[in-house]
Amino acid sequence: MTLLGEIERKTQQTEDRGVLRFITAGSVDDGKSTLIGRLLHDTSAVLEDQLAAVARASSKRGQEDIDLSLLTDGLEAEREQGITIDVAYRYFATPRRKFIIADTPGHEQYTRNMVTGASTADAAVILIDARKGVLAQTRRHATIAHLLGVHHVIVAVNKMDLVGYDQAVFDRIRRDFLGFASAFGIADLRFIPMSALRGDLVVERGAALGWYSGPTLLAALEEIEIADEADSLPFRFPVQLVVRPGAGTDFRGYAGRLESGVLARGAEVLALPSGRRTVVENIVSLDRSLPVAVAGDSVTLVLADDIDISRGDLIADPDNPPRAAKTVEARICWLSAEFLDAKALPAAVLKHTTRSVKAKLVSLNDRVDIDTLERQPSPAGLAMNDIAHVTLALAQPLFVDPYGLNRATGSFILIDEATNQTVAAGMIDG
Amino acid sequence: MSAVLEKPRAERGTLPSRSHLDWLESEAIFILREVAGECANPVLFFSGGKDSIVLLRLAEKAFRPARFPFPLLHIDTGHNFDEVIAFRDARAAELEERLIVRSVEESMRRGTVQLHRQEDSRNAAQSVTLLEAIEEFSFDAAIGGARRDEEKARAKERIFSFRDDFGQWDPKNQRPELWNLYNTRVHKGEHMRVFPISNWTELDVWQYIERERLAVPSLYYAHRRQVVRRNGLLVPVTGITPPREGEPVEELSVRFRTVGDISCTCPVESTAATPAEIVVETARTTVTERGATRMDDQTSEASMERRKKQGYF
Repeated sequence: MTLLGEIERKTQQTEDRGVLRFITAGSVDDGKSTLIGRLLHDTSAVLEDQLAAVARASSKRGQEDIDLSLLTDGLEAEREQGITIDVAYRYFATPRRKFIIADTPGHEQYTRNMVTGASTADAAVILIDARKGVLAQTRRHATIAHLLGVHHVIVAVNKMDLVGYDQAVFDRIRRDFLGFASAFGIADLRFIPMSALRGDLVVERGAALGWYSGPTLLAALEEIEIADEADSLPFRFPVQLVVRPGAGTDFRGYAGRLESGVLARGAEVLALPSGRRTVVENIVSLDRSLPVAVAGDSVTLVLADDIDISRGDLIADPDNPPRAAKTVEARICWLSAEFLDAKALPAAVLKHTTRSVKAKLVSLNDRVDIDTLERQPSPAGLAMNDIAHVTLALAQPLFVDPYGLNRATGSFILIDEATNQTVAAGMIDG
Repeated sequence: MSAVLEKPRAERGTLPSRSHLDWLESEAIFILREVAGECANPVLFFSGGKDSIVLLRLAEKAFRPARFPFPLLHIDTGHNFDEVIAFRDARAAELEERLIVRSVEESMRRGTVQLHRQEDSRNAAQSVTLLEAIEEFSFDAAIGGARRDEEKARAKERIFSFRDDFGQWDPKNQRPELWNLYNTRVHKGEHMRVFPISNWTELDVWQYIERERLAVPSLYYAHRRQVVRRNGLLVPVTGITPPREGEPVEELSVRFRTVGDISCTCPVESTAATPAEIVVETARTTVTERGATRMDDQTSEASMERRKKQGYF
């Protein structure tokens, strides 16, 4: 059913499953742009003037066919050089869900860009060219998705039309992929044969892949369940602001977003770093009072006791509190073009949830080769795109969870205090 | 008008489930609160247009019962629709928030804006006045209602987007933006542009206006208006945009999808008179918001990008 049909009918039966963010990993050669173009086109998210502009640009470059990659390449330099510089975000919707695609380029700065795109992604679509099978880059894509805690992975075996829609090819690719990826323990892993060019099994089923009985790519993306995961974790509420209107009212609330878990009126909470316990008296959002907030809700909490809480504090589940840490072990991805010299490790500002503290890189423990997964102990330093295990010392304690259990309280960025550049992305070990 | 507000969220087990509008709303509120928590002297662009009307609603949800932690700012080109200006003033007064207005005409008198021809669009000239206002008040963050679905260059922009001492955007050298950990740090003289509704589409905006029952200027709804057809667009007949010689004037039922500067904003043919009807029309449309309505974006493939690099909103 089309989105329009749904809106016109105004049926209440179709559940709005919110938003799913996913990343597409693969190179232009794998047909990634064609796949994204196909998803946008077949869900009516690409409009006539955009197609016409792409057609004009294609013919200006002497291309006969419409080059769908021009839909996602937005900057002048990209069009001039025929490359993609940065993460681009694209949107489409079906009656069941709104989708946000993070489209990342496949060249030198690949790791940095894919790490960025994957950091907010619920799911990853990893493209494989059916003619080429599992390549080094496939392994890299799966590794980064796993590292960034993307629990839902769809392996899109594309260009099936060019291998005669042969099931044996698909089966072999699946075997090869599982050969290295089963060690990752990806919670939800699917394989879908398709031809983005012909439109088989992307949005429509097509007739050519009758031997495959699973869902189309779009149906698989619609089905992915993410709310239960976030709701089932211990609750974490980083405080963004204290809301105190003053004059004529004694209202005092703590504004923030419930990053994980569920919080109900009457629940006992632990305020950190003070360690004080109190009870949620009310959960408010403008003029509404809510009995319960679920993961992702931006609300304001009113607490029963007047305790000292400010921005950067964490309101957490007293039965499952986070760990107080003055040093953290983490994996970082180095994002800066400046080489990080192991002999001159810098201090930096570490931003974790709504709290920023001074931090020192104490040691580079090992560097992880993203292609072979081999660990190189005590590296001389880190270049842009490198991933390494590090130890950090913090000026004040942070309240953390392992990244593998909770993205919001397990992630951080490092900021160079002199240049204000974001130099690293970090994931705290369990 | 809408029954959605009263409708309880759909049951998922015993917990409320979150619709896509709930998701977008929560994200935008989170971003607004991060600005308030981390920036010393922010401001919010409010033009009276639909996207900034949505921003004000989100700000209410982020900060009430307290006052907004920032004033509102409008850069008036002097070529705005009277109704939109009246709406702007009324909304700011209703919210009891401070509204600052700076005008392109003042910059023209000062000589910092010089147009080649008197009738040239003042849209691009807004950037100068805007940067002057940012400098005048030393704003370190300016919140705007731009969306990534509007334009190709915007699809690559960060939610917290850095501007250097000259107000310039360097698209090739943007700070990586991971998780929801926004790097808001700037040196003196530099500032951030912040886009809380980056991830919204035109359809999301109208669905939200419908759900929240937000008032918008009546220009957004179908009305009869004199227009001329020019380069595939319907150009409204106004004092600023009179018909050219030989152009036949027609009266059609139209509505504006954007209400920017009169000299470059065109309406589309429509009979949609309510948010619900606009939602249906938006889902059915075959032309993008700016493609149907903006004369200034059609000059080249990269005109928005060039304007943005120079400080445009």
